[in-house]
Order: sequence, then structure tokens, then C-alpha cells
Amino acid sequence: MRPVLYVLTFLSVMALAFWAYRENYATQQALKDVSALNRQIAALRESLSVQRAEWAYLNRPDRLRELAAINFDRLGLLPLEAAQFGAADQVAYPADPLQVIQPQDLRPGDVSGEVGEPL
Amino acid sequence: MIRTPLRPLARILEARVKGENPDSIERENRRLRHEQIRDKARNRAEGRLLVLGVAFFVAFSVVGARMGLLASTEPSEPRATATGAEILNQRADITDRNGRILATNLLTHSLYAHPRDMVDPARVATELGRIFPDLDPEDLHKRFTDGRRFLWVRKKLSPEQMQAVHDIGDPGLLFGPREMRLYPNGRLAAHVLGGASFGAEGVHSAEVIGTAGIEKALDARLRDPAMAGEPLKLSIDLTVQAATTEILAAGMKMMNAKGAAAILMEAKTGEILSLVSLPDFDPNDRPAPLVAKNADPGDSPLFNRAVQGVYELGSTFKIFAVAQALELGLVNPQTQVDANAPMRWGRFLIKEFKNHNYGPMLSVTDVIVKSSNVGVARLALQIGGLRQQAFLKALGFFEPTPVEMVEAPYARPLVPAKWPEITTITTSYGHGIAASPMHLAAAYGAIANGGMAIKPTLLHRDGPPQAQRVMRAEVAHAAVDMLRQVVTRGTASYGDVAGYEVAGKTGTADKPNPQGGYYRDKVVNTFASVFPASDPQYVLIVTLDEPLDTSGSEPRRTAGYTAVPVAAEVIRRAAPLLGLRPTVEAAPLDAVTAVRN
Repeated sequence: MRPVLYVLTFLSVMALAFWAYRENYATQQALKDVSALNRQIAALRESLSVQRAEWAYLNRPDRLRELAAINFDRLGLLPLEAAQFGAADQVAYPADPLQVIQPQDLRPGDVSGEVGEPL
Repeated sequence: MIRTPLRPLARILEARVKGENPDSIERENRRLRHEQIRDKARNRAEGRLLVLGVAFFVAFSVVGARMGLLASTEPSEPRATATGAEILNQRADITDRNGRILATNLLTHSLYAHPRDMVDPARVATELGRIFPDLDPEDLHKRFTDGRRFLWVRKKLSPEQMQAVHDIGDPGLLFGPREMRLYPNGRLAAHVLGGASFGAEGVHSAEVIGTAGIEKALDARLRDPAMAGEPLKLSIDLTVQAATTEILAAGMKMMNAKGAAAILMEAKTGEILSLVSLPDFDPNDRPAPLVAKNADPGDSPLFNRAVQGVYELGSTFKIFAVAQALELGLVNPQTQVDANAPMRWGRFLIKEFKNHNYGPMLSVTDVIVKSSNVGVARLALQIGGLRQQAFLKALGFFEPTPVEMVEAPYARPLVPAKWPEITTITTSYGHGIAASPMHLAAAYGAIANGGMAIKPTLLHRDGPPQAQRVMRAEVAHAAVDMLRQVVTRGTASYGDVAGYEVAGKTGTADKPNPQGGYYRDKVVNTFASVFPASDPQYVLIVTLDEPLDTSGSEPRRTAGYTAVPVAAEVIRRAAPLLGLRPTVEAAPLDAVTAVRN
């Protein structure tokens, strides 16, 4: 019995050593991956901030005003005026109102006909 | 363990036979037993002490070993944690109230040189001179060859310039990363933002510090690493700011003014939506301040007229005297007051504009509508100097404004040191006391806000602001009504914007001559307004410096012809942008709605 126990102990020690060895390398690899990802995140964040700055620069009011003036023929953009405000009740109702569907309670027995057939 | 009996019968009997005291046997046995117990306890205690000693020794060894290890190893960043945006930004962004970027950071490079490593200094100097036209090749060459080890060439490079420098290919030219402050909107809100520059500089990084405006006032907040990822939200509305700037610039040109300022403020919260001062500058390329000895700082584009410009604000002050007279119950809006001009007070003669006489009697409302100096002087005399000072103090005219700009604390109002009755009189119509347009905005804000004085601020706040009551709500409403009549039938008739019920007061003040006295032909025109009059939401102050309206037959310098039309145009453009519903006559109902309703 005892030799078997010795052999088993020895084997388990070997297995644990192998496992620890692998874990060590896996951890180092994971750390490398993390730092690579962090570098990538930092680079992406940097380009994001550059693009945000560029977006703000391209959308600066001076430029938009110039663009609106240049493209006036096509867009016809003018400054917002007080007369453009309206009240909700100034909006006309649609000429052809939508059909009102009355809700009905249907029981399975009320429905006759095949599936897919209009009721 | 078998305990030995204390009185063993055999020995006792034996002792009794020998005539000895049997108690001594018991004592002896008791002693022996106690010795046994004592030895055992000592052993146990010694064992425990040993264990404790070993434990302490191990613990301290571990601590010591760890300390030694930490002290002897190279420090390294924790790699397993996730990083946030704060690592990249050493300075927080600034945005407007809707989150549009006003100031942000951009990573660029600086260029420095190690002349000792340089292969061909002459060629490097010529090439650099070609890339940067403002550098002098001769001078550069001299500095490359005078034996120094280190030399800054440029603080900021564009990527194209960097590539061009790289293409020179000299090992003595080196790049360092630089975070620079960028203001993508250029000149817009330049005075609010101020500007930034480099503080302590190293090869690998440089401090970015604010040099003026809110960048300097809130420098600590912007540089706080804990809040670097969180942008600073201003109360400025970029769209409104752009519209106001455009109109004010056009108005300044049309009125031949040398400067202009406008403040648009929310009456209920004190948040400043737009703060414009013209001429302005580009904060990306901040000009140097004027250094000439007798240069007027007001001529520099860096000068913020809205906050730093301390002017006599003229008749815009009249409403304060009237509001105080109403508050004290001395008069009501219909009370007749003596407005017979000119009024003699001691050796002074109080006259009206162009020597008019609006009197002999005017109602309090008409004193404001016609802007009568004499009428308001009579009211001020009724109020008295002490109460007048207290009221103006409550409105903030004795202290610098609390607005978050580094320039604000230096813009202290000019208040007369002594307060004789003639000062009471002149102060009531805004002469002899000088304050900035920001002070005026805060004071008109108190009138617009139903008598609650609010502090103007440039930061977007959540929640209601702190306010202090300076006059009763009825008084404030009556004052707004009077201001409304100034626009409908008084001096500010050009200020009427359809739908927005503008209420305001004009002010024309002669500019003081540095040699003493006042200029005859240089004025500062101000229009202080609140709108809409039925429920005041916004306060607008427009100030023009030395305007001259030449559209009529004769040149005109009164605010009614200069500042008022500009302010009206600002309201016409800005109010719809603010989402303020106009009270225009509704379009005629069409058939469908008419039937429906």
C-alpha cells in the first residue's frame, strides 16, 4: 500500500509542478496581452481625442456659417426667427384620418376559419 | 496522574508514634505539590513565550524582507489594471452647456537639439530655416556651434513640420512629446477661456497652465488628476455665443465703435449664456500684452470689456434709485415728482440731456421713460445717501463680481470715497460711480428675478442657485413694467423686438479724460435689458465704446441710436436659439383647426 502512496504523491507533485509552470507562463502572457491592449487603448483614445478636436474644429460656428452662405442656393438656410415658432394647435389635422380600429375581446371560439385568413 | 495524598495515613501514624506534629507532613506535601504546579506553569509560559517570539520574529522578518525587496527593486506600473482616459489627459476639457468642446488637448511634439551630437550644424540650420521661416539660420548656426549641450528649437510642431524635420536626418535633432491646448472654435469665447501656455518644461513632458480667463481661474480644477476625465461644463451656449459675436461685431462696425461688449445671462440662475468682448483674439495664438508705458490697457484685444471694463454706466442706474424709492414706500409708479430742470444744488447745476426740461412735474414712471436726471435726483435725495449706498451694496456695486475669471477680482468698481449729497445725486443717474457691465448684468438680474439677487456664474450648475432678496417682488415687477415702457414709448424705441417684450434702460456716459474732466465727443453707450417683460427670463447688457451713428443728418452718440438697435438685433437672433417662445399674434386658424376647436 505504502509504495503506491509514494508513487501517487510523486506523480501529483510532478503534476502540480507542471501546472504551476504553465500557470506562470500563462500569467506572463496575460500580462503582456494586457499591456499591449493598454497601449492600443491609449492609442485609440488619443486618436479619439484628436478626432473629437477635429470634429469640434470642423463644426465651429464660423465655418458652418460660411458653408451655409456658400450653399445658400441649395440649402436656403436662414437664421431662426421668432415667426417660425408655432403652437401645437396650429398644426392642421391630416386630411384623411387613419381608420380607427375598435379594440375587441376575442375568445378562441369566436374565431372561425383557417390560420392566415383575414378575420 | 496519581495525586499523592496530603496526609498519608502511614506516615501520620508513624509521626504520631514518634510524637511529631503530623501537620508538618501535610505542609511538606502541600509545598511539594505547589512546586510541581509552579514548574508546570512556568514550562508552559516559557513555551508560549517562545512560540510568540518566533511568531514575532517571522512576522517582522517578512515585513523587513518585503521592505528590502520594495526598496531594492525597480518600480513598475501595475500592468494588470485597466487604464482610463485620465492617463492621457493631464488637463480636463472645457465644454459649453451642451457638451460642445471649447478647449481640448492635442498630442504634438516639441523639437530640441543636442548640438554636440550634430553632424552638420550649418546644413541643419539652413534646413530648419527653410521649414520654419520665422527662424533665422544665421542665428541658429551661431547657437548650434557655441558649445552648448542642449537647445530648444520649437515648442510645438505640426505633423508635417515634424516629418520635414525628420527628413533632415540629423542625429542631433530630437523630438519630445508635448500635450498642447487647442481651442477649436478660434476666436469664439476667447475672453472667457483666456488661454494656456507651458509651465515647467522637460524633454518628456511639459506642464500646461492657464494664463488667463477661466483657464487660470480654475487651473487647479482643470489639472486635478482625479477629475481629468471629466470635462468642465461652462454655462456658455456656443450657438448663442456665435450669434451674439457676429451681431455685435457687425454693430460695432456700423456704429464706428472702437470696442463693444455683450453679456447674456439667465435671470433665474445667473448662468452666463454669452459673454462677448470685442475686439477679441485667438487663444491658440494669444497676443502679447501691451507694454508701452502710456498704453491704455483697454486698447489691447486681451482686455475683456465685459468683466474688466469699469465704466460709468450712466442712466442705466436710474432704475435702481426708482426701485429703491418704491421699495421704501416713498412713492408709487404714479406719484408726481418735481422734475423742473435745471436743478440747482449748492454750486452744482443738474441739467437734462441737451438742456431739455421734462418738468415741472413727472410721474415716477415717466422719470424713467424720459430718463430725467432731475426727477431721479429728487428721488435719491428722498432716499438719502446711506440707504442708497446700502442698496447699491446689496446689488453688488461695491465689490468685484464673483464670476469665475481670473480678471474678475481685479475689476473693482470705482466708488466715491465720500458720499456727500451731490454724490447721492450723481450716483442716482450713474455718474461718479463706475462698474463693469458684469455688475450691471447682476443688478438687472436681481430686478428680472423678482427681487432676488443672484451671483453671475460661468459654470453650468444643477439645482437652484443661492439668492438673496434685495427688493420685494412687486417692486421688481413694477420696475420691469417701467423698463418695458422705456422701450414702447421712451428712449429705447429701437429696442422693441416683436414677440419678445423687451424691457430696458439706455445709458450714455461721457468718457473721463485722463487729463481731468470729461471728453465732449467720446461716450460709452449701454443698453441694459430684460426680456420677455411678462416673465423675465434673460438679461442682456450691450455696451459700445465710443460709438457714433452717422446714418442720420447729424452724428448721434446716444445709446438709443447705437447700443439699442444692436441689442435688439442680438435678441432677435438669440431668443429663438434659446427656445424662447415669442408672444406673437398666432396665424389665422385654418378651416380644419377652427372646426376642431
